[in-house]
This record gives sequence, C-alpha cells and structure tokens, in this order.
Amino acid sequence: MIQYRTKFKKRYIFLIIYFILLALPLYWMVLTSFKTDNEILSKLSYFPKKFTIANYAEIFTSSVWMNSYLNSLIYAVMNVVIVLTVSVPGAYAFSRYHFVGDKHLFFWLLTNRMAPAAIFIVPYTELFYTMHIHDTCFAVALGHCLFNIPLAIWILEGFMSGIPKAIDETAFVDGYSFVQFFRKIFLPLIGPGIGIVAFLSFTFSWVELIIAKSATIVHAKPIVVTLTIGIGSEGIKWGLLAAAGTLTIIPGAIIVYFVRNNMAKGFALGRV
Amino acid sequence: MNYNNKAWLLLIPALVVMATTAFIPLITVINYSLHYIFSGAIPEFVGFSNYVEVLRDPKFLGTLGRQLVFSFAILAVEIPLGIMIALSLPSKGVGVGISLVLLGIPLLIPYNVVGIVWRLFSSSNIGFIPEVLSWIDYSYNVSLHAMDATITLFILDVWHWTPLVVLLSYAGYQAIPDVYFRAAEIDGSSTWKTFRYVILPHLRPVLLIAFLLRFMDSFKIYAEPLLLTGGGPGDTTTYMSLFVARKAESYELGYAGAVSIIYLLIVMIGSWLFFQVINTLGKGKGEK
Repeated sequence: MIQYRTKFKKRYIFLIIYFILLALPLYWMVLTSFKTDNEILSKLSYFPKKFTIANYAEIFTSSVWMNSYLNSLIYAVMNVVIVLTVSVPGAYAFSRYHFVGDKHLFFWLLTNRMAPAAIFIVPYTELFYTMHIHDTCFAVALGHCLFNIPLAIWILEGFMSGIPKAIDETAFVDGYSFVQFFRKIFLPLIGPGIGIVAFLSFTFSWVELIIAKSATIVHAKPIVVTLTIGIGSEGIKWGLLAAAGTLTIIPGAIIVYFVRNNMAKGFALGRV
Repeated sequence: MNYNNKAWLLLIPALVVMATTAFIPLITVINYSLHYIFSGAIPEFVGFSNYVEVLRDPKFLGTLGRQLVFSFAILAVEIPLGIMIALSLPSKGVGVGISLVLLGIPLLIPYNVVGIVWRLFSSSNIGFIPEVLSWIDYSYNVSLHAMDATITLFILDVWHWTPLVVLLSYAGYQAIPDVYFRAAEIDGSSTWKTFRYVILPHLRPVLLIAFLLRFMDSFKIYAEPLLLTGGGPGDTTTYMSLFVARKAESYELGYAGAVSIIYLLIVMIGSWLFFQVINTLGKGKGEK
C-alpha cells in the first residue's frame, strides 16, 4: 500500500510539471495582452504593472477585427454542417457494405488528409473564382472539407462498425424506412462519434491558415489572416496581437468544456 | 457484410465535395508539374524535367532531410511522452475535466497564433526563454542562432501536439476492461510487464491513429516557422510546406507542383510503412 502511494505521488508531480510547462506560454500571451506597449518593450515583468484593457477595447471597437472574428465562426460552423451531412452516409456505406473499389476509395480518401495544402493555394483561388464563390465563407468551408471529410469518414466508420448489424436488420424487419431508421435509431447510437467529429472538424477549420487565406480577400477575411496583418512594417503591436490571440482561444475552450466528458469516451469507442 | 454496389449512392455527396476540393486541384497540380510555367508566357510541356530539376536541387534535398529528421524526432518524443502522461492522468474526479480542458487548449489555437505565442515567448527583451537562459549567461536568439531556432521549433511542436497523443491514448487506456488488470495482478505481473503485454496491445489502434496523424501533419508545419523564425536563420527552419509555399508564391508553379507530388508520395509511402509496421508488431504482441 505504501509503495502504491509513493508511486501515485511521483505521478502527480510529473503531471503538475507538465501542466505548468503547458500553461506557461499561454500565460505569457494573456499577460502580454493586459500590458501597455510601453511596458512590454521596456522591462520584462511577470505581472502587468499597469493593468490595461485598451488592447481588447481596440479589438471590440474595430469592425475589421470583429467582422473577421465572425467570419471565422461562420465558416467553421458551415464546415461542420457540410462535413457531417456528407460523411455520415459515406461512413455508413463503408461500414455496412462491400462494393466495387471500396478499399481503394477509402485509401484514396485518406490520402487527401496528407495533401500539401500549401500547393493548393493557386488551384483553389482559380477554382473558387470559376465557381463565383471566391471571398465568401462558403469557399473556406468547402476548402476545409479537403482534410476534414477524410478524418470524419475514418472516425465515423470506426464508430458504426462497433454497432452490431443486427440492429439495422431488426429495424428494417420492423418496417422502418431507411430515413426513419437513421433518424430514430442509428444517429442516437453514434451520438458520441458525431460529437467528436463535429469537435475535430470545427477545430481544424478554426485553426487553419493557408486555405482560409487563399479563398478570401476582404469580405470573408478570417481572424487568422487579420492577425498576420497585425505584424506590420511599423513594428509589431505585441499587446494587440496578444489580445487578439487570446480571443481566438475562447470559442474552442467553450466547446472543449462542453464535450469534455464525451472526449475520452468518443475517441475510445471509435477504434478500440 | 453485404456485397452491394448501391452503397455507392450513399457516397455520392461525399465524393462530389471531394472531387471539387481534392481531385480537381490535384489534377491541376500534376498538370503544373509537367509544364514549364513563367508568368506571362504560355506554359510549355516539358515532361518530367521539373522532377529531375527538383531531385537534383540541393535546396530541396536539404529541406527534405531536415523535414525527415524533424518528423521522426517529434514522433520519437511525442508518442512516448503522450502515453506516459495519459497513464498518469486521474481516471475519475474533478481532475479529469480540468486536465482534459487544459490538454484541449493548445489544439484549439490557430496555427499562426501558436507561432505568435512562441515568438512572444522567445523574443529577446520581451520573452521568457531568453530571460531564463540569460541567468546562465546563454545568449539565446532564434533569429541569429540556427540551433536555438531548430530546438525552439521542436519544443513548440511537442508543446502543441503532445496533447493530441495524450487524449487518444487516454481514451484507449480508459476503454481497457478492468478484468485484464485484475488478471495481471493475480498473475503477479510487474508494472513493466503489465504495460508491455496488457496496456500497449490495447492502445495499438489509437496509437496507429496518433502515429499517422502526427506523421502526416508534421509535413504540414507552415505558419509556426513562418511566424517564429520566417524559416531562418538561412534555411535552417524551412520545412517542406514552407518550401513549397515560397516556390508557389514566387510563381514557380512547375517546380512547386513537382515538389508537391514528390512530397505527397513520400508521405503516402511513409504512412503505409507505419501502418504495416505497427500492425505486424501489434499482432506479435497480442499473441504472446
């Protein structure tokens, strides 16, 4: 018993050190966001001497910052909707049926996750112009499907394969139509899987830079692009940049808080 | 399972989206890679000569070498570290929620904000790292010293992505039924043996996902070096994505196209090898 306890203590010390290291760079950013530019550049300090919210005020009163913040939220949510609508039936096909070329198709889908987004800058710009959707949130949402759909189908297929096929068959024997079966029985069963996919799609869409940049100019400019512009030629406005950066963490943090219980369950049901 | 070609119907929506966002651009890129493109002039078909040029370019080979070292280094650190942390996490109580939220945060920060966080953290006069290192009289500077830049970027990646490995491993670990641990205890299995023969085989599927995602995504590191070091000093922190983006931005599309196709092939072959190795290794473990 004593042995067991010491083992436990050691583990917690290790964990605490890890979490301190994890939080330190973040603390540094939040700290900087509450300092004045003068204080940031003059002397290094661990707490703001003159606590200021001027940096945040500047962001909340600027329509450029607020619009780009809103744009990012819009396309991330749109992306989640598109990804789920097309991936749920797709994953169902892979999990329940054999068909000509299924293995190859599955692998091809996965390779898109590996595709170098950097080179797609030019093709995407041309493609979105041709489709007349360049510089809209929809273009960004569509572009992000490149890496989110493969991941969604991969994860959902795992979840669905964990549900016995007998459930489908019983439902059909009981006279459910395909759509009814999906809505009333199947979707609730794979709920955690859908939660995880929505969370991951939102995250990867929210944090992505290259595609978001190539698909927009002014109207749909995302927060990640506005941030880079903050690094101007007349020196970096560190306080403003730190405040904007801090604000980009908030939507994600709220989502994590709500899905935290599903997170562990969700990942596990998927594949183990 | 049924053999049913009607399943293709269910895949139509996904395939329409993927055809637009993945297939058309890929064909465009292949098309670039076979042409000599210079702004203003009509592209000229040159066959594989772009590929020959890329494979002979010492800059490309240097970048590829750096990228491979980087990818293997982060895998070698992030995977074991991630497993260790996952096994130390509490399995119930308030600690779980707090830990998971903390772990989730680095994953939710936009890539270029990660770059900004670390630039703040490492800039001389305003950063924490140079301050601490100045206590031991080390003059740390990411924009001057290649070694500082490389190590900082490596630590940045470990900081940024280890939580993903932790979350995956933690989920896999929690899903192992208690019976296995009780059996191991009755057999008098040592901690190491329990880990090696009970925990590790059960973690194999999630670790496969972790390995593959980290390997694929490590090639995509772009915004972080761009903001932290600008790829410098010199080219020392220019990795594949930054290299391709620079070429594409300067409209050397033929060359950039060829690099992209080679890049894609390398990642595909690498992922396939990982898949095979982890699967065979895992099977061996399960049988013992």
